[in-house]
Amino acid sequence: MNANAENVIEVTNLVRKFGDRTVLDEISFNVHRGETVVIMGGSGCGKSTLLRHMIGAMKPTSGIVKLFGEEITMMKERELERVRLRFGMLFQSGALLASQTVGENVALPLLQHTDKSVDEIEEIVKQKLQMVGLTGFEDLKPDEISGGMKKRVGLARALALDPELLFSDEPTSGLDPIMTAVVDELTLKLTHGTHMTAVVVSHDMTSAFRIATRMIMLGHGGIVAQGTPDEIRNSPNPEVQQFIHGEADGPVPLNLSQEEHEGHQQVKPRPFIAARDRFHRKTA
Amino acid sequence: MKNYLQLNLSLLYWILIAPFTGQFFKIGPIFRQMVAIGVRATPMVALTAFSVGVTLAMQAAHSLESLGAEMYIPDLVMLTLLREMGPVLIAVIVIGRSGSAVAAELGTMKVSEEIEALEVMAINPVQYLVVPRFLAMMVMLPALTIFGNYIGILGGWAVCRFALDFNTAGYVLRALESADTWDLYSGMIKSVVFAWLIITISCNAGLTVEGGAEGVGQATTTSVVQALLAMLVMNAVLTGIFFFAA
Repeated sequence: MNANAENVIEVTNLVRKFGDRTVLDEISFNVHRGETVVIMGGSGCGKSTLLRHMIGAMKPTSGIVKLFGEEITMMKERELERVRLRFGMLFQSGALLASQTVGENVALPLLQHTDKSVDEIEEIVKQKLQMVGLTGFEDLKPDEISGGMKKRVGLARALALDPELLFSDEPTSGLDPIMTAVVDELTLKLTHGTHMTAVVVSHDMTSAFRIATRMIMLGHGGIVAQGTPDEIRNSPNPEVQQFIHGEADGPVPLNLSQEEHEGHQQVKPRPFIAARDRFHRKTA
Repeated sequence: MKNYLQLNLSLLYWILIAPFTGQFFKIGPIFRQMVAIGVRATPMVALTAFSVGVTLAMQAAHSLESLGAEMYIPDLVMLTLLREMGPVLIAVIVIGRSGSAVAAELGTMKVSEEIEALEVMAINPVQYLVVPRFLAMMVMLPALTIFGNYIGILGGWAVCRFALDFNTAGYVLRALESADTWDLYSGMIKSVVFAWLIITISCNAGLTVEGGAEGVGQATTTSVVQALLAMLVMNAVLTGIFFFAA
């Protein structure tokens, strides 16, 4: 990692509160050009919230997010649009427009933001769909294809304008192992070939270790650990080890059995269970 | 309310100002929405308007006969349709059919992240989704109202011609004589105002949905109720201005 490398993303002291609950607490990190940063962490740890702040869909309670050196937190919608043309985003669900075909979905950014002719756009759409292994699916509607396919169409759409920066929210969940490898290789090819920068939110550890040049693990509203895949793999932090090995027992609090944790002080009466017991007593 | 006003302001921007900065709205989507909002509503509008025309004529016959004034039946049908029943009832149909559909569609897009995806692709949802629906509604509701007026007058004619002693020429002449252009225009102004209310309320309800499928259902209901109330209150206000205050 070159310390002088250009920062594509700079997040400084990002704080986000929902009511009294602090979801993101003083988060700071940078992403350099050409890197693939994987953000991981348990469900509900604020990964998606962090991603939403980086794309300008949410405003932080305090702190600064800079994309390509420009601060986006205070930007007006109009200025934000200019920045947004430089990055692509793959949503967890694909977020395809249900009323349009696969081809129209991929063509949408091209139609809206370029002056290319219809033939050129068609060619680009074909090429992008080929990249994600969906040649010949142009004329199907999103509800006629599987969830994994939707996601790949979403990826093709995110790449339609050849962005400098790609955000992916769980790009490989719901894909079969082969398609996961295809999507990972595509990400690698783009980051190595065109110096695209990628920020990937993922649970999928196999895929994460395959593509990441750096990993950030979130937890308790902050960054638990960050480093190269090797550093993460050899991290002495038990939380990190538990997460990357997917173990049920460990230091990460699961909130599965909060009542027992509180020392059996107050087992809440559960009306349904009580009624069932009464019923059993009567029928016994 | 704040959202609603913001939506109206940004609509005005995209329709009145943006075209002069080189951001024209595309014609294709407007025509698609005109078909969805307007053309597909014609059978329902026709049935409603015909029933209203028939009902008006029957009620008029019942009341006017006792006064020996059957000859004024066409007047009553014509004026009631042009001034009140036409704009109001066709707006009711369009609220129930097209307004709710718009709210549900935009609401579903909101909860399935489609709207957010548009924003992230630097596509303004108001420009891309609301403007075509708005323009389509502004054209189609008045058009449907004119269409409905014709059908309603046809319904009145059916009663007069087949149940009473009118001949066709007598009915048409009497009807045309009774109404002047202002009766038509006042109805048209109403339906333009209603179109504005219906589509902005529906779009606003759809775009502000929160909370999944349940939220979409609630937003759809809210849009219908709010649009109906707003439309009926506005109708009273406009009738007051057009025929009472003047």
